[in-house]
Amino acid sequence: MRIKCPLCGDRDQREFTYMGHETYLDRPADEGWSPAWDTYLHLRDNPAGVTRDLWYHGAGCTSWLLVERDTTTHDILRVDLARDAKRGRG
Amino acid sequence: MRIEGKGRIDAAEQIRFSFDGQRYTGFKGDTLASALLANGVRLMGRSFKYHRPRGVLTAGAEEPNALMEVGRGAAKVPNVRATVQEVYAGLEAHSQNRMGPLAYDLLSVNDLFPNFLSAGFYYKTFMWPRAFWERLYEPVIRRAAGLGALSGRHNPDHYEKAFAHCDILVIGSGPTGLMAALTAALGGADVILAEETNEFGGRLLSEDEEIDGQPGADWVGGILAALRETGRVRLMSRTTVTGAYDQGTYGALERVGLHVNGPAELPKECFWRIHARQAVLAAGALERPLAFPMNDRPGIMMASAVRSYLHRYGVVAGRKVTLFATNDDAHRTAVDLMACGIDVAGVVDSRPDAKALGDYPLYAGGEVIGTKGRKALSEITIRHNGAEQKIATDCLGMSGGWNPTLHMTCHMNGRPVWNEEITGFVPAPDAVPGLTPAGACQGTYSTAGCLAEGVEAAKRALTALGGKLPEMEIPQASDAVGGSKPLWLVKGKGRAWLDFANDVTSKDIKLAAQEAFTSVEHMKRYTTQGMAPDQGKNSNIGALAILADATGRAIPETGTTTYRPPYVPVSIAAIGAGAQGQGFAPERFTTSHDASVDRGAPMVPAGLWYRPSYFPRPGETTWRQACDREVTMTRNAVGVCDVSTLGKIDIQGPDAAAFLDFVYTNMFSTLKVGKVRYGLMLREDGHVMDDGTTARLGESHYVMTTTTAAAGEVMKHLDFVQQCHRPDLNVRFISVTEQWAQFSVVGPKSRELLNGLLDAPIDNESFPYMGCGDVSVMGVQGRLFRISFSGEHAYEIAVPARYGDALYRQLVTQAETLGGGAYGMEALNVMRIEKGFITHSEIDGRVTCFDIGMDRMVSAKKMCVGKPAAQREGLKGKHRQQLIGLKPVGAVKELTAGAHLFETDAAPTRVNDLGYVTSVAFSPTLGHFIGLGFLQDGPNRVGDVVKLVDHLRGVETRVEICSPVFIDPEGERLRG
Amino acid sequence: MVRLIAKSPSEGILPFEVNGLTLVELDVGPITSVAPFDGQAVAASDRLRALAGMELPKPNRSSGREGARAVWSGAGQAMVLGVAVDAAMRQHAALTDQSDAWAVFRLEGQGVEDVLARLTPLDLNPGVFKRGHVARSLLGHMSALFLRVSGEAFEIMVFRSMARTAVHEIEVAMKAVAARKALA
Repeated sequence: MRIKCPLCGDRDQREFTYMGHETYLDRPADEGWSPAWDTYLHLRDNPAGVTRDLWYHGAGCTSWLLVERDTTTHDILRVDLARDAKRGRG
Repeated sequence: MRIEGKGRIDAAEQIRFSFDGQRYTGFKGDTLASALLANGVRLMGRSFKYHRPRGVLTAGAEEPNALMEVGRGAAKVPNVRATVQEVYAGLEAHSQNRMGPLAYDLLSVNDLFPNFLSAGFYYKTFMWPRAFWERLYEPVIRRAAGLGALSGRHNPDHYEKAFAHCDILVIGSGPTGLMAALTAALGGADVILAEETNEFGGRLLSEDEEIDGQPGADWVGGILAALRETGRVRLMSRTTVTGAYDQGTYGALERVGLHVNGPAELPKECFWRIHARQAVLAAGALERPLAFPMNDRPGIMMASAVRSYLHRYGVVAGRKVTLFATNDDAHRTAVDLMACGIDVAGVVDSRPDAKALGDYPLYAGGEVIGTKGRKALSEITIRHNGAEQKIATDCLGMSGGWNPTLHMTCHMNGRPVWNEEITGFVPAPDAVPGLTPAGACQGTYSTAGCLAEGVEAAKRALTALGGKLPEMEIPQASDAVGGSKPLWLVKGKGRAWLDFANDVTSKDIKLAAQEAFTSVEHMKRYTTQGMAPDQGKNSNIGALAILADATGRAIPETGTTTYRPPYVPVSIAAIGAGAQGQGFAPERFTTSHDASVDRGAPMVPAGLWYRPSYFPRPGETTWRQACDREVTMTRNAVGVCDVSTLGKIDIQGPDAAAFLDFVYTNMFSTLKVGKVRYGLMLREDGHVMDDGTTARLGESHYVMTTTTAAAGEVMKHLDFVQQCHRPDLNVRFISVTEQWAQFSVVGPKSRELLNGLLDAPIDNESFPYMGCGDVSVMGVQGRLFRISFSGEHAYEIAVPARYGDALYRQLVTQAETLGGGAYGMEALNVMRIEKGFITHSEIDGRVTCFDIGMDRMVSAKKMCVGKPAAQREGLKGKHRQQLIGLKPVGAVKELTAGAHLFETDAAPTRVNDLGYVTSVAFSPTLGHFIGLGFLQDGPNRVGDVVKLVDHLRGVETRVEICSPVFIDPEGERLRG
Repeated sequence: MVRLIAKSPSEGILPFEVNGLTLVELDVGPITSVAPFDGQAVAASDRLRALAGMELPKPNRSSGREGARAVWSGAGQAMVLGVAVDAAMRQHAALTDQSDAWAVFRLEGQGVEDVLARLTPLDLNPGVFKRGHVARSLLGHMSALFLRVSGEAFEIMVFRSMARTAVHEIEVAMKAVAARKALA
């Protein structure tokens, strides 16, 4: 598997580690424990098809990446810097 | 028998090798199989289950029978295919899977009871009595089962892995592959051409066939020259592409040094990860064996293999050859052999309308229905025109047509499609993104067709890459396709083998169907067909055709099993290359490493780092003696320890303070410049992630320390928090772990020691407890932190790493003059347990701030990572197991880490478990063992006595619950 | 008074040569990581040009020349090698002394890419990875920085503590490549 890092270019999978679904970008604002937090930490879909998840280019530029891929074909459709994606969603 | 003037071997270079202790001679270019055949050796192995005598079946990587052990001693390799292994001077090969000599295998008695050993035999037989399984059945089966054996010793051979990158990977170098590679290179692409054998050319080297009016092999030579001329083609021979993976990644196994007696540095094999933007699969086809009674004797082989041995190695496998075929290809064998003066006793062709290509007896519409010969073939029985007839023969070439080598197209979930025209499976369209199958591997069997498809496939790849398309002329070649008519099973008396390696016969398949294992996947697992080293390359199609017949379905309806990587067996040594010995993981050395070794310290791993365990002195015979002395020495005078392995992260920026407030539970924005604070970090799920001290070096400049173990994780976490949660914060950080050599100087004389080395002395005012700042040490700019992991008056002094060795030696020498010295990890651990400081033994990922008594460190004034989740009901309260200290009060005075805690009158079972012990030490300061652990509602049970049980080590004693801080609870020593 | 004596990361184990390929340790002088603060990348680059005549490099590139070089080293970060970065730059970027954190090697000789192909998943083909190109990637299991300084030479940076492992792994690869060449 290879991922095209927006900064480093096309790289082998061994440079990356996986974290999980893009949900992790949307940290709830609630100060205390709440259903939103429960969802944030624990509830995930398991889609057959397009999904977006976070990968760490730890052996490269140390950017966190938002990777859009298809779980059925393994196609990687799009890769963005997570910091840009986060800024985009506020 | 060798035919003079035939073959591509170098007759000038004789090579001596041995097989089962017998010495033989071959030539450069021979495989083990061809050299043995040339020497008249036909018995090359024993079958897996019945231990039947077996000879070589094929001339390629698909060989199921001629599996051997090659090499000797620790470097012995089992299950080597004699058809792949090239001979070299001194090669030692041994037959395998036998008890006693190959010719008189004692386990061949199994062959007398085939009805007992049918499919599912083991499942059905060795069920009861249950107790017999471990004591009797398994040891006996293990003794008899399996093919070759490993030496059981560390393999000293060198293997390697490597990476390659190209625009277009061409897999296979027959007519298709060569034309694809040439087209691709002329189109401007960087090409890798991978060929499994030692020579490029594929079947063109095994046939008597012309291209553009030249002998095939000569044409190959011309194309290779043209490929080299482009300067764009990397030619990789002895390289089998083994798997297709995501985004154009391919695995390939190169046999680098298996064909020579090379130096130790020469890798035996190299496992390549090839990244190709496009690929052309030109893997060809494998000939289909025929299932007829007793079709497994040595001397019966594939007709194409007979031609390979003749044309490539100049070897004929018999003196009186017969053929059994369903197509025209096999007839070429007869013609080629007769041209060399070999007697062809007959060609039996199941097609009634078959035509002879030469002057040999043809039995059109005939079938072979039996064979004879105990250790090698001597006679066949045929049925022709309703009559039976015996023919004396020592070699029978068989051909049931061809199966496309489409394995790679299944590696990403592609399912082959049945093609009625060629009565075979062909690759599903676009089964692997970027991979274009061409030629025989997709059912195009004529040479002319292959040449054209090679060009076409390369053009498709070039188009995908956006490259220019070169003008290509397709060479002239034969358009014969073989005209095979399927013949799945010849009825008759005796077993008909399908999977030679695993001893699966047509009867086993029928039995599976009868017992309701009618799905092709179930049949495979029930019979083990296709599960031998050849992975069904020879047997799959035949087996499922028989299954289809037995279940009354058509073949496409029955379906096929698919193929997973690797295409051929790959040694673990090759896949794991580079990970032997030192290569397993990087070794990280501190700057004081040599100095510690000089002082006799045993170095122990701490993650990737190596740290001194203790520093033995004359007269000390155990580690405990050294450790106790180091603790006492440090607490009474001064000790020195390298703490550079702790993670150090430099944090700068206008929002550095806000960032730290967000990642730590406690406040860092309120920390004064020149001060250090202990910090606790949570995961977002509310559990403790790591702890450490962070110093404020300037208004917007901090340096954080992490534990040695979690340094990498914390860095990743900080990156995550900054990029994914708080890109709004203007902060930058970078690891400085490697930049600074940092040493702790501990004990009542620590300041005295430092003042002997610092250019400007310090006192309690300039450096109070938890103070920090720049210092000059012997002319070098460094940093000093007054922090303690022992409970003593202590400092950590940091200098640029180049000075680490020199400073450490100075510190230890000076400490010794003050009655102190170096201490190691053991003493460090004892002192932190005495003081009740936690490490990852305590914060093991499952504990909360509440559990370690640091609930109040979660600031109410701000948000931080993990704060909401830490407030969950279940993570607080009396039911939690909380940090406590332990001291022995029972008969057994030694405590053990990992032991569990129970009420004194409770049975030591899981349901009564109240907690566990995380760290123990003998405290020389207190004169007895002490421990840290977690106990339900622990802090409220101080003074109580509980039972400690270590089930694994068989320890049981009573312990008293106490505060986890065993010495100086008021912290007076720290501030002194 | 005794002075503290400096030791290089690979003291005593380099240089060596295998079949025409050489591995030497480089003393590149001071190394400073420069990470411009938000919105300060241009100002930081201008400052560096005024100071040392080179810009902050774009991703996967370097600027300057031997003796005074800036090497991209990760998202929003570069290493300045060979020149001391002045304090005036602090208002634009986080500056961190990394002079002792890295072991810097120069691997040189014909077929240098063949050696590196055993060690890193990077595509270092000369047509793809040209002079001045830079990549952060892996050398074996180690984080590393690769810089092509000529047609046949690379500078490789690894963390100081792993210098011995890096040298060992490069040596094994050099010997394996040499043994292959001897075979052909």
